[in-house]
Amino acid sequence: MVISPRDADDARMSTLDVRVWRGGAEGSFQSFEVPRHESQTVLDVVTHIQRVLEPALAYRFACRVGMCGSCAMTVNGVARWTCRTHVDQVAADGSLEIAPLRNLPVIRDLVADMREFFHKWAAARGAFAPTRTKRDDFARVAPESAARRAIDAAIECIGCGVCYGSCDVVTWNPDYLGPAALNRAWTLVQDVRDGARGERLAAVAGDAGCQACHTHLSCTERCPKGISPTAGIAGLKRAVAAAALRGKL
Amino acid sequence: MRRGNDLRARNHPGYWAFVVHRVSGLALAAFLPLHFWALGRALEGAGRLESFLRWTDQPLVKFAEWGIVLLLAAHFAGGLRILALEFLSWRDWQKSLAAVAAAFSLAAALAFALGL
Repeated sequence: MVISPRDADDARMSTLDVRVWRGGAEGSFQSFEVPRHESQTVLDVVTHIQRVLEPALAYRFACRVGMCGSCAMTVNGVARWTCRTHVDQVAADGSLEIAPLRNLPVIRDLVADMREFFHKWAAARGAFAPTRTKRDDFARVAPESAARRAIDAAIECIGCGVCYGSCDVVTWNPDYLGPAALNRAWTLVQDVRDGARGERLAAVAGDAGCQACHTHLSCTERCPKGISPTAGIAGLKRAVAAAALRGKL
Repeated sequence: MRRGNDLRARNHPGYWAFVVHRVSGLALAAFLPLHFWALGRALEGAGRLESFLRWTDQPLVKFAEWGIVLLLAAHFAGGLRILALEFLSWRDWQKSLAAVAAAFSLAAALAFALGL
């Protein structure tokens, strides 16, 4: 059979060269050839490998529609939510390198250990502290108020860890609370119903808190939900400074 | 053990703005002792300072001066950018701010180079 150059091109385009991290902290990339499909996501690629080529591959996902925040991985060196990342966007040359999220311990293959990420949400006082009971009337928060608008800009976080995996300050200072936890703290500092403002500002001040941010803007650049944790961290810096000046910190 | 990021993750305007600000700051800090040493020539008399200043008229030193002006402009604009990020309310114009800082730095350095 004679293969024309055009057919050869089509054949190349119809498969993807995929290198997938295997192992834990120590390991190596394993190569797979995966059929190329229209509208294929990176998560589709990983799922194909696990279901057809290598059943022992460990990875994590749940909703597949960008809501649960489970499937973040490092794709061609950049942290991304794989379920909403189309292969077209990231594999112009038909090759993919898929690794677990950076800055977190690796459990196995593509699964990062998220425990410290969520422990830091707790350390940043990321839980709402109510000031009313069910017997009180609803709190009235004007949608157009500055505080409510600041919350709107930051509230849609799905906890995927893309910002945490992208942040060099986390790499340099493993105690750093990280963009997501500080962004969460910022939404609560802006919440007029919350009763733990002082404790929260104390929790996010200091070497491992908002002052450690170097304004690289990597979290803002990579957040799949379009949130700017850098903006929230800057707000926390101002709030912490104001509280310190008033002697409330 | 955990791995950090490589250049693929860092290659975006905000990170480059950070690198320029940091490198220009370190380079200017390294230049400061030389600056003070040059001023110190004056303590040894006008002649010593004058002969040093004549030495700086060499083309290569002039070129290095242009580099210092570029570093100063970049560090100044980068600092203004950080102040704007930290103190102004903002959402989506961080990249424009980095571009303005870069444009200001190059304009200042070019103006100096043309004025030489």
